[in-house]
Amino acid sequence: MTLELRGIHKHFGAVRANDGVSISIEPGTLHGILGENGAGKSTLMKVLSGFIEADAGEISLDDTTLDLSSPADAIAAGIGMLHQDPLVFLQFTVLDNFLLGSPGSARVDRRAGLGELSRMSEELGFSFDPLQSARTLTVGERQQLEITRLLWLGAKVLILDEPTTGISAAQREQLFAVLRRLAGEGLIVLFVSHKLEEVEELCHSVTVMRSGKVVGAADMPVPPSELVAMMFGKMIEEPGRPEPMIGEPMLELSDFEVTSRTTAIRGLNLTVGAGEIIGLAGLEGSGQRGFLDALSGLVPPDGGKATLDGIDITDLSYRDHLGVGVHYLPAGRLEEGLVAGLTIEEHIALTTREQPFFIDWGVAEANAQASIDEFNVKGLPTSTAESLSGGNQQRLLLSLMPGYLKLLLMEHPTRGLDIESAEYVWSKILQRRSRRTSIVFASADLDELLTYSDRILVCFSGNIIKMLEADDTDGEELGYLIGGKERS
Amino acid sequence: MTTTERSPLALATIASVAAAVVVSALLLWLAGAPPLEAAGLILEGAFGSADKIANTLLAWTPLVLASAGLVVTFAAGMWNIGVEGQIVAGAIAASFVAREMPGSPWIVVPLTIVAGAIGGALWALLAGVLRTKGNVNEIFGGLGLDFLALGLTVYLVIGPWSREGTASTGGTDIFREEAWLPTTTLFGTEMPLLAVTMAIVGTLLVYYLLRGTRFGLRLKAVGRNPRSAFVLGIPNDRYILNAFALGGALAGIAGTVQVTGFQHKLVPAISGGYGFLGILVVLLAGFSAKWIAPIALFFIAVSVGSTTLELRLGLDSAFGGVLQGVIVLFVMFGTAIAAQRRRHTTARSGET
Repeated sequence: MTLELRGIHKHFGAVRANDGVSISIEPGTLHGILGENGAGKSTLMKVLSGFIEADAGEISLDDTTLDLSSPADAIAAGIGMLHQDPLVFLQFTVLDNFLLGSPGSARVDRRAGLGELSRMSEELGFSFDPLQSARTLTVGERQQLEITRLLWLGAKVLILDEPTTGISAAQREQLFAVLRRLAGEGLIVLFVSHKLEEVEELCHSVTVMRSGKVVGAADMPVPPSELVAMMFGKMIEEPGRPEPMIGEPMLELSDFEVTSRTTAIRGLNLTVGAGEIIGLAGLEGSGQRGFLDALSGLVPPDGGKATLDGIDITDLSYRDHLGVGVHYLPAGRLEEGLVAGLTIEEHIALTTREQPFFIDWGVAEANAQASIDEFNVKGLPTSTAESLSGGNQQRLLLSLMPGYLKLLLMEHPTRGLDIESAEYVWSKILQRRSRRTSIVFASADLDELLTYSDRILVCFSGNIIKMLEADDTDGEELGYLIGGKERS
Repeated sequence: MTTTERSPLALATIASVAAAVVVSALLLWLAGAPPLEAAGLILEGAFGSADKIANTLLAWTPLVLASAGLVVTFAAGMWNIGVEGQIVAGAIAASFVAREMPGSPWIVVPLTIVAGAIGGALWALLAGVLRTKGNVNEIFGGLGLDFLALGLTVYLVIGPWSREGTASTGGTDIFREEAWLPTTTLFGTEMPLLAVTMAIVGTLLVYYLLRGTRFGLRLKAVGRNPRSAFVLGIPNDRYILNAFALGGALAGIAGTVQVTGFQHKLVPAISGGYGFLGILVVLLAGFSAKWIAPIALFFIAVSVGSTTLELRLGLDSAFGGVLQGVIVLFVMFGTAIAAQRRRHTTARSGET
């Protein structure tokens, strides 16, 4: 019952999310899929579970080529996927969730389902009250319910996408025990994770992905240093870091607290100087976003105090943050920055301050052309935001920033950009720094963090676990810390 | 946006209208009416004499005003299903002034219009506040408020404002003539020129507001991507409420025209269904103010003209509604397919 993926290609516009991925997995294997964010793991798993269709490539199970054009096809073929957020209908009962998606006639046989649910859950060592509302379940229990359901539907390949996020240590142990047992019974378990420790602990073999390609495959155990090297590629020594130019304290956080679904920062004390650049390292969902949201005022912090240039900004609204000189560039350029359907000149007119009620489109066009020239945007004043490439969208976003800023917050400022665009973006950001703007940015790119940060905060599991001087660290140490391990 | 990009959509619209005409002809033929003769009768019923043109224009006015209001709320990304209620609220407010306010037309008529605008705006703001403060979807909030407004009219008509001695749903007493919306004698009939002027001014106002002002631009940003707009520093809620107020005011003026220009009294079904019809007009117009006037004229001509079908061919006048529905469905379907096809080609040709 070997699972084989051959030459899977999937493009999103110009982005090659999967670029000829081939993997073969024997039955009874716990197989880890490792890779940093954007490596293509999720896309590959979505292709395998029928959520999206590959542009090219073949999937076969047990020498039968599968035609997976929907999740229903996948589960019928025996491939079940457990999502990071278990797909549970909270308003339904546990039993109804279990029966949902089961094949058969229109009539739902709850009595038979009840028997099946208790038999299956007992076998797996889970305990549910079938008539309770699913709302009462913890994330870990929802996961258990979903696993039970997938197995009942006949899953022979079980895909788990970051399954240990948000569940307790005891539930993790229970999950791992079940997964080991299922592999022992001949199932294939695909374990997608960025946590090195868990892959080491659980998996028999591992495939490492980077930039949409398979860059390594190995049977465990493999020394973690090798895995880190495969995940992040060869570490290039940073080419001459720009001279630091740190001035008087600008942003001061004391006992700063942010808690959300993915963030649990408590008692953070940090002083960022004018012109200082702070990098946030960590895999996606490790708490960087929550921290930036709180600094920008999009989400109020849960405690502590934040001052900017002596002004208390702790309780200010997002708009008031903008008023005191904060600017935020979230990662989603077309989701949280630009407005699809509006043109470059409309964006410029939209963000120009001190404007009369009536827009002079002649002036707006001239302003847009000036911004296009200054920021090297490849587009016309009448080009819509969504027609621009990622790099040009980022340039447009930079051109929309107000002239003077005290604090610039950025999430993945160069994600998806080619080297030339990335360097251009940073040259503009460094100009800001020389005008005393403090900068805090999150990135998944270790080279970028090491090259441009003065200090690096490492986020893991929602918390900031370490503060490093960028000069005293290297990619290897960062790679370990991001995976939640100290370098031994 | 260049012409080459637009032409497939224009082509799709033309093809859809053609298909709709063919299907409508087929339906007429199945109903036992010769299609060409029926089309002629519709035209004759709508535009056959000065009187008929006056009637058509009087019905066209509230539809255009309600549609113009809807363009504003659609620009803010809101499905203002409450537009019917806003027409009714405007009609009630205008009726109040028309009934209670003494004095010459020079005072009363402007006041009825202002009152209608305020009534519609306040009713719309209810839906807006429910949406922005209470997180109630504007479709459901608006629909609820539609029923409430209708109930209020029925209450007024059979209750406090009922005719002397009778309490029927036939309407209130006729307003005194000083409160009627003035008409102009032209070609031997009473042409509703003031009403038509208001409709044209309202449409132009909306067109330039969305095209040439900072307010309109920000409104469009909020409507297309509220998250980005917020991150850019635009106070979304304020703009959504403004859109509701403005859209409601225009709908309220439509209600004013219905009571002071057409019925000359308040009746329960005062909105005439122009709110819901307006949604179809705006959908067909591609959410832009530019084309609402001609599209509304077509809709009204079909409704008004199809009463002749009943008289002359014995067809039910509801046939007009069927024809409108066929056109809307075909055009929506046709343009959706064209848009989808264009997305596909763009996706295949890679990054643009």
